[in-house]
Amino acid sequence: MTVTDHKETVISLRNIRKRFGPLEVLRGVDLDVYKGENLVVLGRSGSGKSVLIKIIAGMLTPDTGSVIVLGEDIRSLGPRELQALRTRIGFSFQSSALYDGMNVRANLEFPLVRNKRHLGRKEIDTAVARVLEDVGLSQTVNQMPSELSGGQKKRIGIARTLILQPEIMLYDEPTAGLDPVTSANINELINKVQEQYNTSSVIITHDLTCAKATGGRVVMLSEGCFLRQGSFEEVFASDDARVKDFYNYNFITTA
Amino acid sequence: MKAFFLRMYDIYRFALRFFQEAFVPPYEYKAIWDQFFEVGIRSLFIISLTGFITGLVFTKQSRSSLAEFGATSWLPSLMAIAIIRALAPLVTALIIAGKVGSNIGAELGSMKVTEQVDAMEVSSTNPFKFLVVSRIIATTCIVPVLASYMGLVGMLGAYLNVHTNEQTGFYLFFQAAFVRISFLDIYVLVFKSAVYGFTIGLAGCYNGYNADQGTVGVGRAANTSVVVSMFLIFIEEMIIVTLVNNYLK
Repeated sequence: MTVTDHKETVISLRNIRKRFGPLEVLRGVDLDVYKGENLVVLGRSGSGKSVLIKIIAGMLTPDTGSVIVLGEDIRSLGPRELQALRTRIGFSFQSSALYDGMNVRANLEFPLVRNKRHLGRKEIDTAVARVLEDVGLSQTVNQMPSELSGGQKKRIGIARTLILQPEIMLYDEPTAGLDPVTSANINELINKVQEQYNTSSVIITHDLTCAKATGGRVVMLSEGCFLRQGSFEEVFASDDARVKDFYNYNFITTA
Repeated sequence: MKAFFLRMYDIYRFALRFFQEAFVPPYEYKAIWDQFFEVGIRSLFIISLTGFITGLVFTKQSRSSLAEFGATSWLPSLMAIAIIRALAPLVTALIIAGKVGSNIGAELGSMKVTEQVDAMEVSSTNPFKFLVVSRIIATTCIVPVLASYMGLVGMLGAYLNVHTNEQTGFYLFFQAAFVRISFLDIYVLVFKSAVYGFTIGLAGCYNGYNADQGTVGVGRAANTSVVVSMFLIFIEEMIIVTLVNNYLK
């Protein structure tokens, strides 16, 4: 969970601005994510967290600024190059976004079958069994998403991204809508994924428990700008009223 | 008015993107094949039933008028003209618009609002090609097949009525029926059914793929897909019939 010594940058954002109509969601954001670290982006709803993560994944284009991911300038990539880059990035959605017309096996196979067409049936089955075991849900392989609990859906969503063995994991609100025990399990899984797959992760959340449990480094986003960054304790040692309010309300709500 | 033209421009761009993506590899053979099954096989029962009833009832209703002039022997050719030239493509298209168009709108709309389309995109899959191109190709190819099939089943319904009343033989009925039908009629049936199929696929996919506002948006996408498809099918029918009658006959 700590920043690696050599600090190889895997994601580099410079002066990112993004506007939706009259609303400027991101106002000149600069961010570096280092190889092997878990970076938590904290912020209130509407602070631009999800927009930021979608810009990193190339799903949104910033109005200005540069986005370098794994050495590639996302804004200069064509559709094919972007698709190739995305095989190296895993994205875990807030809603899990499992394909509800497919069972768990088909959901997990989908990215593999489409991106590694040379693989045989046996290799695909092995990969599915491996990621299911990693997320602790081997028994759900033939179930439909509608038959899974919220926590199980999150795990399968993560497993679906892990099947391509990504170098970067992006988590959008991984514990949103989950009970504290299930949230704790997801936090453990995020740490396990980082250790086992040696991924660099960006975790978008407003959940301080999740931030504390997973974040080697925490940045706080407010009104489109970063207020603070550092360890969890360093960020919340601030005297800034916005940081203090966020901390206090979060724990009052959790309690 | 400005919003209307902006919408039209957006639909034009969507259709243009379909043609750009449809002819560029990699091709989504499996997704297209799955959609052939969804659109074709799953619609067979309803197409068979409505086609048969349409032929049977239309013959029954026409009989009394022709009987006044002692012209019931014209029933086979009249039914062939009515079914092959007008009823089969139109009724098939309207049924598919209701059944498949609404399904496409709701399915893609649901996938859109639950981030499944985004999930596909970040899985290095082109969601437009996988979801939209496969569906539009399927509806464009399958509606002509279903319309031809409905024409045949409709003629069987007509035959049953004629046979029951006049004891006309199977061979004699179809010989009389196809006297007035030319290859041009068959070509036109296939062509306009393909146009209707394309319209159904495009309307369903456009509305579903651009759905927003949660479950309300999904319902709206399904509803709009059907209404727009049906409206456009009637407009296209009028245009194609006018063009064929004025320039090809």
